[in-house]
Amino acid sequence: MNNSFIQINQISKHFGNVKAVDNVSFEIQEGEFFSLLGPSGCGKTTLLRLLAGFEYPTSGNLLLDGSDITALPPDKRPTNMVFQNYAIFPHINVEKNIQFGLRKLGLTNEEIRERVNDVLSLVKLEGYEERFSSQLSGGQRQRVALARALVRQPKVLLLDEPLGALDKKLRDEMQLELRTLQKNIGITFVFVTHDQQEAISMSDRVAVMSEGKIQQLSTPNELYKNPHNIFVSDFIGETNFLKAETKSKDGEHINVSIEKLGEFKIKNSLNISENSSDVICSIRPETMMIDKEKSDWDICLEGKIKQTSYLGEITKFYIETKEIEKIITVSSQYFDNQSFKNNDCFISINLDDISLLNKK
Amino acid sequence: MEQKNNTLLFYTLLYFVFLYLPVLFLPLFSFNDSNFMSFPLSGFTTEHYEEMWKSTNLHKALWASVKVGVVASVVSTTIALFAAKAFARYKFRGENISYGAIMMPFLIPEIILAVSILVIWLSLGFKLGLVPVTLGHILFCTPFAMLILIARIEGFDFSLEEASRDLGENAWGTFYRVSLPLYLPGIIASLLLSFIISFDEFILAFFLTGSDATLPMYMWGQMRFIQKLPHVLALGAVIIVFTTLIVLLAFWLRNLGQGKDKADFGIKIHE
Ligand SMILES: Nc1ncnc2c1ncn2[C@@H]1O[C@H](COP(=O)(O)OP(=O)(O)O)[C@@H](O)[C@H]1O
Ligand SMILES: [Mg+2]
Repeated sequence: MNNSFIQINQISKHFGNVKAVDNVSFEIQEGEFFSLLGPSGCGKTTLLRLLAGFEYPTSGNLLLDGSDITALPPDKRPTNMVFQNYAIFPHINVEKNIQFGLRKLGLTNEEIRERVNDVLSLVKLEGYEERFSSQLSGGQRQRVALARALVRQPKVLLLDEPLGALDKKLRDEMQLELRTLQKNIGITFVFVTHDQQEAISMSDRVAVMSEGKIQQLSTPNELYKNPHNIFVSDFIGETNFLKAETKSKDGEHINVSIEKLGEFKIKNSLNISENSSDVICSIRPETMMIDKEKSDWDICLEGKIKQTSYLGEITKFYIETKEIEKIITVSSQYFDNQSFKNNDCFISINLDDISLLNKK
Repeated sequence: MEQKNNTLLFYTLLYFVFLYLPVLFLPLFSFNDSNFMSFPLSGFTTEHYEEMWKSTNLHKALWASVKVGVVASVVSTTIALFAAKAFARYKFRGENISYGAIMMPFLIPEIILAVSILVIWLSLGFKLGLVPVTLGHILFCTPFAMLILIARIEGFDFSLEEASRDLGENAWGTFYRVSLPLYLPGIIASLLLSFIISFDEFILAFFLTGSDATLPMYMWGQMRFIQKLPHVLALGAVIIVFTTLIVLLAFWLRNLGQGKDKADFGIKIHE
């Protein structure tokens, strides 16, 4: 017996020969802020639309709160959606938009008024009742869409890149606000985004998708610190990839030969097989140290700074070394583009910060 | 630059004169106190209009045209609405062929359409009258209705319909509360234009009416009597004014709510 709130069992959705969602299974817990993250075209929207009932799966089934909803039409599901373009009805005002979904719930006029007022204050839209969609800013439209969905008190709220159309500052504000709102009302959120920073900062758990498949499903922390494959490592944050080959195993560790750097004993948390050249090492820019002098870290290389980009709180250095073929990116809070004479520097790496990944 | 604009203006004026001058003679002579269409005008009178209106045959023909026009416009708009929605919303096999099939009456010479319907209708053993005329008009009006409705529906944001389903409305509720009010300007424009096309149509009516004349058929009949010519002019003038008003209204409606400011929707269904 499994008592997860949402169960997605071997769901596939094909459009002709495009496998938009390809045999995906996972579970979402009640009250969770769950994100689907991935590049454009990876199938996030399709998966969300399967949950909403706008698409029916080619195979597999969906359970919500113990009952099978696979064949239910959208109007019979206890889910509501915030659309990517908000889909505010243009011919009725904000208040009528919000009341739209209450008609079939059998509420008294008093209850309807109460719910609408509550949700208006929740999304801070009091005083906008009479406005039409065309008289609202992007941020306000987004709030109307949110209010219109929340007023029905759904079991699950589905959000398709709801912050995508907002400018950076408003987006940061809304991220925080949405997160707080979700924790206060306790409704399960399934949130679609292509922005890894957004997913990581808001979610309890994140499913990273690519080509219709889930690449990794874990907490944001785990996703960043412990990516399961090269796709996730590349997609979440920034990283340097180094060519590598595995040698013999040694308990929880494995001996790895990395480019021209030599052989090192690295933690093998993904249990990668011996003597494989289908592997790669990943090192995050902020885990390396850049300095004017040699250090006693596990690996220390002499390098030449090719380029810098000053980002305020940190500076990124693009560094060429004799040992590593590609330019290495290192970020630092202590040094900036004026710290190094002749662009000579040393970069230092701790073996603990190297993650070993399968190429596929 | 100036020079070029003037040439263009002249050309435009010439075009309108060429297009509308002959039409303007109708109302002009319809108020002329004479039985002949010739200059100089001899005096102003509304007598022709009064005489024209006295004919009971005219009333019968007018009523016949209104009946045919209403049925033809409602049926062709309904057919076109569902077809236009399918074309705009879904991709399906045979899409181009079905589109072509619906648009065909647009391109086939009307006389061929008329003769084909005549032959089929008679060979089925039915009598001529307003029924085959109405059927012909439905066939003839549907492509026009399609063009108007497709233009309206093509830019339509279908996530609005999905939002309605998501908010608990079934397919019919969604049609009534979301699609219909948003399509409504297009639907009314289509009804008006189809009605006018049917109302003014001559060739199909000529072949298919039998003894129940429509208005254009009545006019045609009157032309044989030289002394009735001024009545025909008067009737023609009234029809021109009526048609122009309806077409202008239809075009205004067609563009309604398609501008940037969707709040100026004008037409709202209150629940
Ligand atoms: N209705 C559809 N018909 C055909 N192909 C579709 C349809 N919807 C999505 N696809 C295809 O499925 C894939 C996934 O699309 P989508 O779920 O929208 O991705 P995302 O939201 O991650 O950008 C894409 O290749 C897209 O072209
Ligand atoms: Mg999408």
